[in-house]
Amino acid sequence: MSFKEMDRRTLLKSAAAGIVGVGAAGLPLRAFAAAPTIGIVYVGPRDDFGWNQAHAVAAKALKSVPGVKVVEEENVPETVAVQKSMESMINLDGANLIFATSFGYFDPHMLEMAKKYPKVEFRHAAGLWTKDKHPGNAGSYYGYLNQGHYVNGVAAGVVSKTGKLGFIAAKPIPTVLLNINSFLLGARKSNPKATVQVIFTGDWSLPVREAEAANALADAGCDVITCHVDSPKVVIETAERRGLLTAGHNASQAPLAPKGFITGAEYKWETIYKDFAALIAKGEKLPNYVRGGIDKDYIANTAYGAGASEAARKAADAATADLKANKPYVVGPLKDNKGNEVVPAGKSIDNYDVALEQTSYLVEGVVGSIT
Amino acid sequence: MTDTAQGSPAPTTLPLAARSDFVDRLRSGSEYVVIPLIAVAISAVLFSMFLLVLGKDPVEFFSLLWRGGFGTAFSWQNSLLRAAPLILTALCVALPARAGLVIIGGEGALVLGGLFAAMIALPLKNALPPVVLMPLMAIMAMAAGGFWIGLVGIMRHARGVNETIASLLMSYIAIAIMNFLVEGPLRDPASANKPSTGPIGEGNMVTAIPGTDVHWGLAAGIILAVILWIVIDRTTYGFALRVTGGNARAAKAQGLPVGTLMVSCCAIAGACAGLAGYFEVAAIHGKANASLIAGYGFTGILVAFLARHNPIVIVPVAILFGGIAAAGGLIQRRMGLPDASVLLFQSLIFVVLLISETLYGRLRIFQPRTEAERT
Repeated sequence: MSFKEMDRRTLLKSAAAGIVGVGAAGLPLRAFAAAPTIGIVYVGPRDDFGWNQAHAVAAKALKSVPGVKVVEEENVPETVAVQKSMESMINLDGANLIFATSFGYFDPHMLEMAKKYPKVEFRHAAGLWTKDKHPGNAGSYYGYLNQGHYVNGVAAGVVSKTGKLGFIAAKPIPTVLLNINSFLLGARKSNPKATVQVIFTGDWSLPVREAEAANALADAGCDVITCHVDSPKVVIETAERRGLLTAGHNASQAPLAPKGFITGAEYKWETIYKDFAALIAKGEKLPNYVRGGIDKDYIANTAYGAGASEAARKAADAATADLKANKPYVVGPLKDNKGNEVVPAGKSIDNYDVALEQTSYLVEGVVGSIT
Repeated sequence: MTDTAQGSPAPTTLPLAARSDFVDRLRSGSEYVVIPLIAVAISAVLFSMFLLVLGKDPVEFFSLLWRGGFGTAFSWQNSLLRAAPLILTALCVALPARAGLVIIGGEGALVLGGLFAAMIALPLKNALPPVVLMPLMAIMAMAAGGFWIGLVGIMRHARGVNETIASLLMSYIAIAIMNFLVEGPLRDPASANKPSTGPIGEGNMVTAIPGTDVHWGLAAGIILAVILWIVIDRTTYGFALRVTGGNARAAKAQGLPVGTLMVSCCAIAGACAGLAGYFEVAAIHGKANASLIAGYGFTGILVAFLARHNPIVIVPVAILFGGIAAAGGLIQRRMGLPDASVLLFQSLIFVVLLISETLYGRLRIFQPRTEAERT
């Protein structure tokens, strides 16, 4: 008797659990058509004056779009923690689109989640998604920040008195090398004798070493400093204290250098985020792969600071106009800094060419070595 | 004649000797449960005051903490998954601590463990079946971690180098070694912008415990915690360790092999952290790269200290920390608090618990009753 009752009870319980389960599983789908809930995961703090801040600024803009709900989580390491954060956003907040903003989130973390939650869309901020290899509900969005560094270089080449520019870089990986090269090419457009001295710190966030590098470059006679590290704050502040001019990276560092700031290469992720939110609101499928630069307003340069002279502004504006028209800027003849030819005379590399994303050399005029 | 100044009312009945013993044991035993609980409660009150100053609702905070950490089946798995590496890295601190050594370099042992697990898998993944290769990877990881922290023990014993500083610095060396190998000789050419080793192969991955999302690293951690508790509390080796921890010179005078004890317990400790690295590589990442440097080794220090270096207690404390980390995301999202607020709560617990250490043995209620009280 009691045994039977128990059985019935368990049955009822599991049936109820089943209904709740089905309901929960259906929830993201239903929410999807009506109001998008967008989850954004950051690897560092949202106010880092760098990569994460660029995304956080866009998230803020996205929140102002009516009907869009944004949930954010910062300081999520590239471990199983990020999988659980995404899952928590899906299960507890009903997120139907996830922006994974750090490079290391992609493989295996975001891919695992995309497989597990086929009805949720996942997008990753780098150009890693490949059609045949990765799930169809995953994708990539990517901005060509190198174009912003090129414009930085054009302005820096005009204002530099010594013609010696400094670049503090994290690791010698393709995206970083491309930014260094672009900065040099921009500078050489304004001043054919300009050189860029590069220091690799070895990791993405080493504030002490970044400050040392900024001081070392200042001592070596560089009068314009820029960087590619996670948070440019220390570099820009140190350079400002030494009375140098600075060019920014990732987000706006203008408030950090009221005297020496020229301009900066900035991501405008809000362009992409707003596009995606609009597509969801319309119930349309999101593209798997979007990429672009200044031409698509994915990248923009920070408003000129006190360090930008009238001539520098004019030159930078002209360079921006060229990029808007999608005019290539990596033009041959071009050698790397070991003397090997990388672009023959008469040829150029298109702004959208993947060859740029595979850059494995420093161009002539860059003082420094990858190894 | 009873002393009225004593203030305590004399017990009316005289309990049996055995029962009295039990009460005394309960009194002194509950000290280790009640004091930490009070400490956690005090830190919760302090943190609530902080939230009120910020204009946030403490009730919401703690209900989210509960919901995100332990309120649902999903939250439980989330917490357990995050706790798995913490149990192992906390063991890396707890064991040497019983021998009087403060080792804080578990991070390095974890990183090296993960690296070596991947290193052995890369050339052999097609030659050996997973049944052979997976244990081999785990053994390599434990050997690497054990060697690393064992070195710290040797330096301490043979040269008198401070083990705390040495282990911390050694972990930076370990990270540098990993970065060098992963960005150089072991780099998978396909991993252009995030240097990594090649994949260890789908077949060599550690799976989840059936019915859950939690990988077997959690089970391994709990089993090791139980084993090490037995070793410390119930074996002559453990006894010798504790004597060494109490007074190394006296232990030596008693003829205990202090050097062997120190080095071996450091090696076992390092092996635990190395195993954590193995699970990070084999259950999560599928390759070794800079994602191994996630701070598990450092959070493990906190866990071990809060557990008073008792391996069994490490398990619930690690789960508590896993739960706080798991709920951290929900709190950020729902309350708009920065991630630092959860860290602040964690550190408040830590500080208050450390302060509460001074209470041990000072509260009369936890002391065995005096003869006068018994009669």
